[in-house]
Amino acid sequence: MRVNGAAESLDVEPWVSLLDALRDRLGVTGPKKGCDQGACGACTVLADGVRINACLALAVQYDGKEITTIEGLATGDDLHPLQAAFIRHDGLQCGYCTPGQICSAVAMLAEHRAGMPSAVTERSGELDEAEIRERMSGNLCRCGAYNGIVDAIKDVAGQEAR
Amino acid sequence: MKPFAYVKPADVAGAVRAVSDEPGAKFLGGGTNLVDLMREGVERPDTVVDVTGLPLDTVDQLPGGGLRIGAMVRNSSLAADERVRARYPMLSQAILAGASAQLRNMATVGGNLLQRTRCPYFYDPAAACNKREPGGGCDALGGFNRSHAVLGVSGSCIAAHPSDMCVALAALDAVIEVESVRGTRRIPMTGFHRLPGDTPEIETELAPDELVTAVELPPAPFAARSRYRKVRDRASYAFALVSVAAALEVRDGAVTAARLALGGLAAKPWRAHEAERILLGGPASEESFARAAEAELAGADVRPGNAFKVHLARATIVATLRELNTGKGTA
Repeated sequence: MRVNGAAESLDVEPWVSLLDALRDRLGVTGPKKGCDQGACGACTVLADGVRINACLALAVQYDGKEITTIEGLATGDDLHPLQAAFIRHDGLQCGYCTPGQICSAVAMLAEHRAGMPSAVTERSGELDEAEIRERMSGNLCRCGAYNGIVDAIKDVAGQEAR
Repeated sequence: MKPFAYVKPADVAGAVRAVSDEPGAKFLGGGTNLVDLMREGVERPDTVVDVTGLPLDTVDQLPGGGLRIGAMVRNSSLAADERVRARYPMLSQAILAGASAQLRNMATVGGNLLQRTRCPYFYDPAAACNKREPGGGCDALGGFNRSHAVLGVSGSCIAAHPSDMCVALAALDAVIEVESVRGTRRIPMTGFHRLPGDTPEIETELAPDELVTAVELPPAPFAARSRYRKVRDRASYAFALVSVAAALEVRDGAVTAARLALGGLAAKPWRAHEAERILLGGPASEESFARAAEAELAGADVRPGNAFKVHLARATIVATLRELNTGKGTA
């Protein structure tokens, strides 16, 4: 598979999750192990641009895919707009959920641009607070930094719209 | 997780052969349920047959107006499909009401059909559970049973079916196509899942070596006006306490077509045939909607933790039908 643009050749047992392969075999520790059961979203990564829970993904199922983690979002020292916005809006406290939140938000904005409906709106409308909260509901933050997270995403969505 | 062998066949014939040759083998789709259950030790396959590489990942038009949904179509793709959104909105809404975006991106339609209950005692190998260990007893009967079923339950199991998608498929009279080394057969969605009786470990009509290959939706013009409404403990990303999939066609104040299926209330997506019978031909009125709901729920078998579901279901059914009738949403 390719991880953050680099080709990686891995020999893993079939029961190794994508999350464990990234963290323990490749040293890519941005994706976090929170619940390890698909409930918290701290492990969110992008597989060919699609957000998934790496803890429920067997690494063998992602053979040949392009995996992007938080480490792959910045360009050199230039942060991804969402990374910068999370800092600007205090979209974190302890930071444990943040890599998953930001990866999830990157894909969420792409889904919205592509016209993906949500439970809030059947037609993909403006990304207001209700939309952002619904579309980001797979990422929990136990510090409760949700207000900052929503503000950060709204900020970047607004920049894109302009 | 118990070690297992992994194979990834390229075609359906290879997949069904792989499972048929190996009694301890299981098909694996997106992994959102099976991998979790394997990690908990509830599922312990010797071989996992990954079917996500099979060419069953398209939604195709059927002659006559229906749709054929490949079993490997991801939940998010199905929810976004323009034909589903226009012709069967309740199905798109049901999928979007379930899980999170990440899980919907992973989960397949075939896997969602075989999703297992979220009963906490089923998930806990230290608890008694007839579904996990036949004859072991049921800790849910006298335990924490707020999320559990009230319709079609038995003395051996009161687990509820967790899927949202399946509730809409039951309302839409979907047909499930399955394949094994013995050939292909078609099972109506309303008969696909089983009630627990004294064998709660057997959840569907599917044989262990049969693979779900497709779901077919028959044409249903009245379903263009349909709705999935879900009531849960938080606004998003939670299983249903009660859900309602409904379609209603009204002409001159009388109901000319009605479909109703309920989620969160039974071990299977519960098609409300009795309520439909009462609705059909009757007035599209609040009284008639309430009478239909009450008739459907008359057989409820409740426990202290889940008795509230009967009132909640009645209110949700009436509210959903009212909304379809008037075009206005109400709380």
